[in-house]
Amino acid sequence: MADIPRITNESRRGFLQGAAAFTLALYLPQPSQAAPTAFEPNAFIRVAADNTVTVISKHLEMGQGTYTGLATIVAEELDASWSQVRVEAAPADARRYNNLRMGPMQGTGGSTAMANSWDQLRRAGATARAMFVAAAAQQWAVPVEEVGVGDGVVTHARSGRHATFGQLVAAAAAQPVPTDVVLKAPKDFKLIGKRAPRKDAHDKTNGKAQFTQDVHLPGMLTAVVAHPPRFGARLKSFDATRAKAIKGVVDVVQIPTGVAVLARDTWTAKKGRDALDLAWDESTGFKLGSDEIFRRYRELAKSPGAVARSDGEPDAAFRSAARVLRAEFDFPYLAHAPMEPLNCVVRLTAQGCEVWNGEQSQSADQASIAALLGIAPEQVTLHMLYAGGSFGRRASTASDYVLEAVSLAKAHGGRAPVKLVWLREDDMRAGFYRPAFHHVIEAALDAQDRLTGWRHRLVGQSILAGTPFAMMVRNGVDPTSVEGASNLPYAIPNLLVDVHTPTDIGVPVLWWRSVGSSHTAYSTETFIDEVAAALRVDPLTFRLGLLERQPRHAAVLRLAAEKAGWSAPLPQGAEGDRRGRGVAVHESFGSVVAHVVEVTVKRDGSFQVDRVVSAVDCGIAINPDNVRAQVEGAIGFALSAALHGQITLKDGQVEQSNFHDYAPIRINEMPQVEVHLRPSTDAPSGMGEPGVPPLAPALANALAAATGVRLRKLPFATDDLKAASA
Amino acid sequence: MVTLHINGKPAQVDVEADTPLLWALRDTLQLTGTKFGCGMALCGACTVHLDGQAIRSCITPISAARGHKVVTIEAIDSGRVGKAVQAAWRQLDVAQCGYCQSGQIMSATALLQGNRQPTDADIDAAMSGNVCRCATYVRIRAAIHEAARSLA
Repeated sequence: MADIPRITNESRRGFLQGAAAFTLALYLPQPSQAAPTAFEPNAFIRVAADNTVTVISKHLEMGQGTYTGLATIVAEELDASWSQVRVEAAPADARRYNNLRMGPMQGTGGSTAMANSWDQLRRAGATARAMFVAAAAQQWAVPVEEVGVGDGVVTHARSGRHATFGQLVAAAAAQPVPTDVVLKAPKDFKLIGKRAPRKDAHDKTNGKAQFTQDVHLPGMLTAVVAHPPRFGARLKSFDATRAKAIKGVVDVVQIPTGVAVLARDTWTAKKGRDALDLAWDESTGFKLGSDEIFRRYRELAKSPGAVARSDGEPDAAFRSAARVLRAEFDFPYLAHAPMEPLNCVVRLTAQGCEVWNGEQSQSADQASIAALLGIAPEQVTLHMLYAGGSFGRRASTASDYVLEAVSLAKAHGGRAPVKLVWLREDDMRAGFYRPAFHHVIEAALDAQDRLTGWRHRLVGQSILAGTPFAMMVRNGVDPTSVEGASNLPYAIPNLLVDVHTPTDIGVPVLWWRSVGSSHTAYSTETFIDEVAAALRVDPLTFRLGLLERQPRHAAVLRLAAEKAGWSAPLPQGAEGDRRGRGVAVHESFGSVVAHVVEVTVKRDGSFQVDRVVSAVDCGIAINPDNVRAQVEGAIGFALSAALHGQITLKDGQVEQSNFHDYAPIRINEMPQVEVHLRPSTDAPSGMGEPGVPPLAPALANALAAATGVRLRKLPFATDDLKAASA
Repeated sequence: MVTLHINGKPAQVDVEADTPLLWALRDTLQLTGTKFGCGMALCGACTVHLDGQAIRSCITPISAARGHKVVTIEAIDSGRVGKAVQAAWRQLDVAQCGYCQSGQIMSATALLQGNRQPTDADIDAAMSGNVCRCATYVRIRAAIHEAARSLA
C-alpha cells in the first residue's frame, strides 16, 4: 500500500500513515477485543486517540468545496473543533456511500453533495457526540444531561472535569450506538453559517495536493493515444516502426478507441504518438458541420415535438392574441475543458483492477470496468484523488476515458501500471460536449397587454438516451433537455413546452455545469425581458408581477435589485460609451439565483462587464464564504461561454484544439462580483451549478438595455453591438 | 544526463535535450506541484521561476534551463514574497479545484517581487497568462493586494 497516494488533507500525517489508519478503520470490527485506537461510530466518522476527527467524504472534491462542506456538517453536530477535523475520501462502496439523490449509485453531481448528505451527516455527527457524552458520563459517574461538548472538549461543568475526544476514544467505542439522536436547532449552529477555512487550502497552495496527473507508481508507464480524426471513424491500419524507434517508448498497442503509445514518461509518449503512421477508415465517421446541424434543427423546429409541459389552451391563446412576439436562439456545443486534462491510472492485478482517478461516478465506472474485464464490480478498486475541475465531464455516461485507460492496460497485458494522459487537444476533441440547441419561443399578448400565452420549442440531442440513465427519458422527453424551460416560474395561463430530440447526430454529448439550464435560462430570461420591453414595463417590475406565487424567485430578485441600486439610474460612462444594466433569475438544483449585470459598450461593439450583483437562496448556507466563491466562479465560467465558448464542426471535424481557440476568460475579463445570501432555515440545496444559468441572460439584457440589440446566438458577436454611428 | 538547478539544489535528469522542463520536473524529478494544462504556454499552469522570472515550463526545453536557477511551487515558501502570497491565498480561500493555483502563485510571486504595490492594471498584465477554469479571479486579485499589504 505504500505506493498508493491517498488524499489526506493534513499532509503531516503522510500517505503511509493515512493508509494504515484507514485500513484499520475499515476492516477491524468496532468495538474490537483490544482497546480500540480509533472510534468509528459510523461510515463517515473516525476519531483517533491523537484527537483527530476524520470525516469520510463519499463525494469527489472537484473544486466546489465539498470536502469542507461535508466536514462542517459533521463537526457542527459533533461539536468538534474545526482545527481537529480532517477529510479523507471514501472508497467506492455504494452500500455505504451511495448518493441519496441517486438511489443505489455512488456519485457526485447535480449539485447534490450537500443536499443529499445534510440529514445523513448531521445524524452521523450527533450520534458520535452522544456516544462521547455517554462515555464521559459513565467514566465520571455523572448524569448524561450534565455533560456538555464544545470545541472538541467534553465537559462536566459542576465538577470541572473535562476530556478530549481522543482521551475518550476507547470508552466511546464501547457505548451502544443510539438509534435516535437530537439534532441542533439552526439558531445553535456554531460552524454552519460561519466561515470555516477550506480543508484543501493548504495543500492546494504548496503543490502537495494529489491529482490523478500526479500519480507515480513503481514501473508505471505513461500512455498518449492517437484518436480517430472524427467521431465514429475507425482505425484501418497503423505502422509503429518510427514510434518504437524513439528511446523510451516501451509498447504500442491498438485499443478500441485508437492506438496507444506507452512510454517511460509523458513527453516520450507524446513524441511516440506523433510519430505513428495511421490510416483511418472515415466512411463510418460523422461528417456534418455545425451550420448543417443548425439548419436541420431549424427545420425540425417547424413541427411539433414531444410535449414536456402543457398548461391551459396554448394554441387558442395564440389564435386570439392581439400581438405575438417570436425569437429564435442558437446555442453551440461546449467543451468542459477542466484545467486538468482527463487522465486515469490503472493497475491490473490478480485480484482485479485498481484505478486512480478524480472519480465522479463510482458505481457506473465500476460496472463499466468490470464488464470490460469480465470481473465483478467489487474487484474494481477506485482510489480517489482530487479532480482538477470537471464541470460534469468526469461523470461520463460512457465511462469513456476510464475505459480507455483500462483497455490500454489490458492491451499491454497488465504488465505495468499505466497512466493515460490526454493532451489538451485530445481533451478538447474527445466529445461529450454540452449539446448544441436551437430554441424558438413565442409570446401571446392580448388586447390588454397581458401575457396570455407562451410556446417554447427546443431542438437538441438527448444526454440520457442510449446511456444507463435512459429510463429517465419519459414520453420522448429528456428532462435534462427541457429543465429550466418546462418549469418556467412565471404565471402564464396558456403554456406549451415541446422538444425534438434528433438521433442522427454522432457527436457525443454530456451534462455541462448546470445542464439544461445552461441554455434554457438564456432563452427564457432574455425573452421575458423582450416581452417587458415590448410592453414598456421595467423588466424587474414585469417579472415580479408574474412571480406572486414564487416567493423565493421574487425575494432574490428584490434582494439583487436592491443591492445593485436598481431603482437609481445607472451612472453614465465616458464619452461615446453606452452603459446598460440587466437582470435575470433562475432556479436550478433547488436553489434560486438572480444576477444584476452592469456593462459598458464601446462604439466598436466591444464591451466590458463592469459588475455583477448576485442574490442567492440556497437554503441554509453551510459555508457562506464558499457559496460566494461558487457564485463568483460560476459567473466566470458562464461568462467564458457567453463571450467565447463554442465547439464547432467542419465536415464533422472539431475545429478547436486548445485555449487559443477555445478561450476561457482571463483575469482582465472578470467583473467585480458581489454576492448576497437570502437568510433561510430550509435544508441546503445545490450551489455548484446554480450561479451559472442566469449570468448570460442578465448580461444579454444589460447589452440590450445599452444598445437596443437582442443577442440570440451564443457566443456573443460584438459586431452586432457596433454603434450605429461607429 | 543534464544537471539542472532546482529549488536550491542540483538535480540530474536523464532525458532528451528537447524535453520540456515541465516533464523533467514532473515525470523525472517527481516535483508534481507544477502542472500540465495546455502544452502551448496558453494557460500558465506550468509556471515556474527561471532566475526569478515567471516562465512557462511546458515550452522551455531543459537545454534552456541548464545553468539557470529554477524555483517551483514546492519551494515558493523559501522566500518572503512567496510566503506572503501563499498565506494570502489561504486566508482568502482562493483555490477551488486547485489545479491551476501553483501557476497562479508563481506568477503572483514574480509580480510582487518586482512590484510591491501592483495596481489592478498591473495585476491584469501579469496574471492574464494564467487561466483558471473555476474562475477564481476575484479572489486571486484580492489575494495579491492582500499579500502586497502584508509585505508593506
